[in-house]
Amino acid sequence: MMNTAAVHIENLSFSYPGQAAPVFSGFNLKINEGERFGLFGPNGSGKTTLISLMTGLLPFRTGSIKLLGKEIKNYDRSVNKLFGFIPQDLSYYGELSAAENVAFFGALSGLHRQEIKTAAKKLFDVLGLTEAKDTPVQKLSGGMMRRVNLAIGVINNPKILFLDEPTVGVDVQTGFGIINYLKELNRSGTTLIYTSHQLSEAESLCDKIALIDEGKIIAQGDTASLQEKHGEKNLEGLFLNLTGKAYRN
Amino acid sequence: MFGMPILLVIIVTSIQNNTFQLIKKNKTTLLICNRDTGNLSREFINVADKTEMFKIVQLPKDQDEKQLTARMHTNDEELLAVIIPADFSEKINAKAKLVAGKAMNAFGLDGDTVIANADKAGGITLYYQPVVQESFRQAVHGALFGALQLVESKQILRTLYFSVSENALPAKLENELLNNKSVVNEVPVSLDEARSLPNATQHNVPAWTIFAMFFVVVSLSGSIVREKLSGGFIRLKTLPTPYFISLLSKQIVYLAVTVLQAAVVFAIGVWLFPLIGLPALNLPADKAALFFVTLICGWCAVSYAACIGVFARTQEQANGFGAVSVVILAAIGGLMVPAFAMPDSFKTIMKLSPLHWCLEAYYGLFLEGGKMKDILANIVPLIAITIFFQAMTVLGLKAKKLI
Repeated sequence: MMNTAAVHIENLSFSYPGQAAPVFSGFNLKINEGERFGLFGPNGSGKTTLISLMTGLLPFRTGSIKLLGKEIKNYDRSVNKLFGFIPQDLSYYGELSAAENVAFFGALSGLHRQEIKTAAKKLFDVLGLTEAKDTPVQKLSGGMMRRVNLAIGVINNPKILFLDEPTVGVDVQTGFGIINYLKELNRSGTTLIYTSHQLSEAESLCDKIALIDEGKIIAQGDTASLQEKHGEKNLEGLFLNLTGKAYRN
Repeated sequence: MFGMPILLVIIVTSIQNNTFQLIKKNKTTLLICNRDTGNLSREFINVADKTEMFKIVQLPKDQDEKQLTARMHTNDEELLAVIIPADFSEKINAKAKLVAGKAMNAFGLDGDTVIANADKAGGITLYYQPVVQESFRQAVHGALFGALQLVESKQILRTLYFSVSENALPAKLENELLNNKSVVNEVPVSLDEARSLPNATQHNVPAWTIFAMFFVVVSLSGSIVREKLSGGFIRLKTLPTPYFISLLSKQIVYLAVTVLQAAVVFAIGVWLFPLIGLPALNLPADKAALFFVTLICGWCAVSYAACIGVFARTQEQANGFGAVSVVILAAIGGLMVPAFAMPDSFKTIMKLSPLHWCLEAYYGLFLEGGKMKDILANIVPLIAITIFFQAMTVLGLKAKKLI
């Protein structure tokens, strides 16, 4: 197990403009390099906001977020080379093909043409997109669209990969294939930071988790140890045990 | 991107060319109802015919005004009509006798200055369809007035000659005295002294090419808004390359498209127009200046598009505002109405339109035969406006936390 912090959040405070109540206040979190880390919580708990802060999509003033030791707040774009991001929304140009999307986002990630070509070929093979790589993405099936979304996020072989619901709306086979690919990616050294409401899938992927509610970490640690500690057989039981069964807005 | 500008330039040039021809070569039908029985009305018709502006159709003398206007309403080709009153010759004769009498008195000779009807205004009545434009109506009015004056002058001269010599004015002398041999020479003041007369093509192709280039606003601003609203934008913001670079790349591609648009339209003006009966476009001698102006015009157009794209919230907003604002900028910029014909208040506003400076620069090259140094005064404001649009784009991106 490596002990270098892939993500180190210290004393983070953040509130949306016009909202009195902060989403986070004095928030701390450390995710080690090489981990498959799951961030879970009910709706409105702050998971997506936290991912947006870690990827620089939302600016903040108080506290610190470091990715592999580099402060994200410093507006140094080189920190963006360290990570990839798979947003929940399909993030590509639908009128372009998978190959064109990968080439475009790869170039903006700082890769050279040959590097993109080599990486794309490998990715399309692994994700089963080779035959469809030249078809406009908007004409592909939902599962293929998700795989294209994933391929774009990992084209630059990131050291950290943020995943926000990467398998939402796909069939079992596609979900299984994506999770297997993510595990393979992790074995090659990529730290995964994953959030999802599909807890059975999360259980098979994540070795460490943090449960967030109302902007605070209510439990953090090794998945199996936390289940054992709270007397739960699975992640879903643990989740309901710690966050309650009441509806959330 | 290419089809519509080409169509626009061909249609507008054809129509404008036909309007020029209407005055210069094509004859307009002129209905004449001559109620006069004297010679002078026939002489007037003859002089009007010699202007070569009209195809004269004589109507029966008993046709009244109602019948005449009814005929004009039913036939779109018959836009103009003239009624020559029954006393036309009589009044001109009376006036001629009066003027001759006064002239005789002035010479110290006996002359009759008490002539019946000489104080009453004579003349003809011109009827026209309201669709006839003011400028064309003025041209018709001028031609008919000139014919009237000639008939009147001839008659005065004849009467005066007869009063002095008691002989008729010899035809040869009458011809020498009245037929104007002096001409008005027209010389376009071009910088290259080529002295070639500008035509509808030289006026319209540059103007409508600019209009087409600025219509890139609809496509580019819409694309930027679509990108901002798409999921792809979230990913763009997390990439190492700043979004401004991505936006700049987009602008470069669109700039290439606008330059290509201009090249295609100019090529059509040079090679296709003569084949479809329109005057060929003469390209300026300074091709480098032409390329430079086209590049700056294109850059200004894409900068304006980027600015709208950054500030617009929806694609509908970008498309609607973009298209309408280009039409407004074209109108105040002198693309639709010539700059010299604009009211004074608009002449100041006109300078705020980038299309005005583009047009001035192109006209400097296409019509005045200028070179790069001659159009710098138009290029500098254009570059300033372009930089303003770019600065607004950056400020907009920063204000919206997009960079």
